[in-house]
Amino acid sequence: MTALGYNFGYLDENTKRMIRRALLKAVAIPGHQVPFGAREMPLPYGWGTGGIAVTASVIGTGDRLKVIDQGADDTTNAVSIRRFFAKVAGVATTESTAEATIIQTRHRIPETRLREGQILVYQVPMPEPLFRLEPRVAETRRMHALADYGLMHVKLYEDIARHGHVAISYNYPVLVGGRYLMSPSPIPAFDNPKMDRMPALQLFGAGREKRIYAVPPYTSVRSLDFEDHPFQPVRADAPCALCGSRESYLDEVLTDDQGGRMFVCSDTDYCNTRQTHREAAE
Amino acid sequence: MSALLEAHGLNLRFGAVPALEDVSIEVHPGEVVAIVGESGSGKTTLLRVLSGMMRPDSGEVRYRDPDGAVHVIHAMGEAALRQLHRTDWGFVHQNPRDGLRMRVSAGGNIGERLMATGARHYGRIRTEATEWLRRVEIDPERIDGMPALFSGGMQQRLQIARTLVTRPRLVFMDEPTGGLDVSVQARLLDLIRALVADLGIAVVIVTHDIAAARLLAHRLLVMRRGQVVEQGLTDRVLDDPQHEYTQLLVASVLAA
Repeated sequence: MTALGYNFGYLDENTKRMIRRALLKAVAIPGHQVPFGAREMPLPYGWGTGGIAVTASVIGTGDRLKVIDQGADDTTNAVSIRRFFAKVAGVATTESTAEATIIQTRHRIPETRLREGQILVYQVPMPEPLFRLEPRVAETRRMHALADYGLMHVKLYEDIARHGHVAISYNYPVLVGGRYLMSPSPIPAFDNPKMDRMPALQLFGAGREKRIYAVPPYTSVRSLDFEDHPFQPVRADAPCALCGSRESYLDEVLTDDQGGRMFVCSDTDYCNTRQTHREAAE
Repeated sequence: MSALLEAHGLNLRFGAVPALEDVSIEVHPGEVVAIVGESGSGKTTLLRVLSGMMRPDSGEVRYRDPDGAVHVIHAMGEAALRQLHRTDWGFVHQNPRDGLRMRVSAGGNIGERLMATGARHYGRIRTEATEWLRRVEIDPERIDGMPALFSGGMQQRLQIARTLVTRPRLVFMDEPTGGLDVSVQARLLDLIRALVADLGIAVVIVTHDIAAARLLAHRLLVMRRGQVVEQGLTDRVLDDPQHEYTQLLVASVLAA
């Protein structure tokens, strides 16, 4: 049941049309940042306004929405956004990755492989991968236009010279379709390989910075590296304390002030499903 | 055209002030050409026009690439010009802070041009950077040091290493020894002369230092108020100046 007084999906139709136009452009030029007019949302910048605007523009009555925050379905941000769309669009929601048609995410890609027809919507705080290296926005645009990305490699070089390895554990820069340098949003570097040739459509919305970009299905997404220092995703060297997974990305949880800690899956749906299966088997 | 770089009839005005008036210049492969003149004579403007950073009101600058194809610099696209600037050309600024990345280590500074042209092997970039530090007489131990902690002379030498690492065919230098004290200047000039001779690079150097021009340049252009008043072989111009302004310039050099 849709809440009264709101258009379907909260945004008015003209705004949605404008965002869809930006999305089409973004899909046509994979990895290229397209400006759009971000609207005021009933939550502050930094909480996912860009992601919500994108989701609101692509969602339809038949969709089933999943929202995760750092992999978890049950955190404040995820619960609020899911409830928001249940209210203003009246769509079905789910916690299951496999059942969802649209997944809005903050800082993770689900462990379960996504399939064709699904849409993954990322919330992006800073869309410009070069912003720490080149403060002038006009200059970063020019660098994108000319594919002049030597500076990004200088940053990687500096990391190896100083730390012996590339010390970027999240928001690891990628090259999309062999052309555009792109910020994958602050997902862990562990998730980067999942973006490569993903069957699902990946959309990125940055509300404060007013940029949209996209990776169409089956597009190459390569993490930048050196031939003699290949890209290496980092994962805590432990099995999940709850489901025993050795493949999933783990959160470290402190359990007391005596140094006690445990590692658990960051993806709650993946972990719960595995636990259920294990119990069923016993 | 056998010249590497050739400019004809360059004119440029800043409002009422003529910065360049009918200037023509040729630079041949491996040749060092110095542009001398007082402040405001248009020598830096000429350098900026030749290197494509500024557009003249009229006139043409043409460059012959390694394959023999001739390009009109100001008709090239921005992408092609940038590509030229980071491969075949180099630019050494007067202030090393304009040419270096101060927050990037010495090795990173040298490696940037390599990486911009596609080098993706950390070990080889590192070896090349070490080699170039040695060539410009900076202790290779300081490869991970920040340029901000280097002395002025070291910064300038680092800038030269960073520019020459891709072995350009043509380097523009804008008063490379300006702002350095005399003994450091002498060493730097020596270094530039050795590297240029060694690598066979063509150089267009702007300077107001006649002594530096005599040491480095094969040919000399004397500029005054946007015009080239005299040009010729360095020794000829300095030993037998024809134009009164050149005579004044040569007479003004302090003998130590």
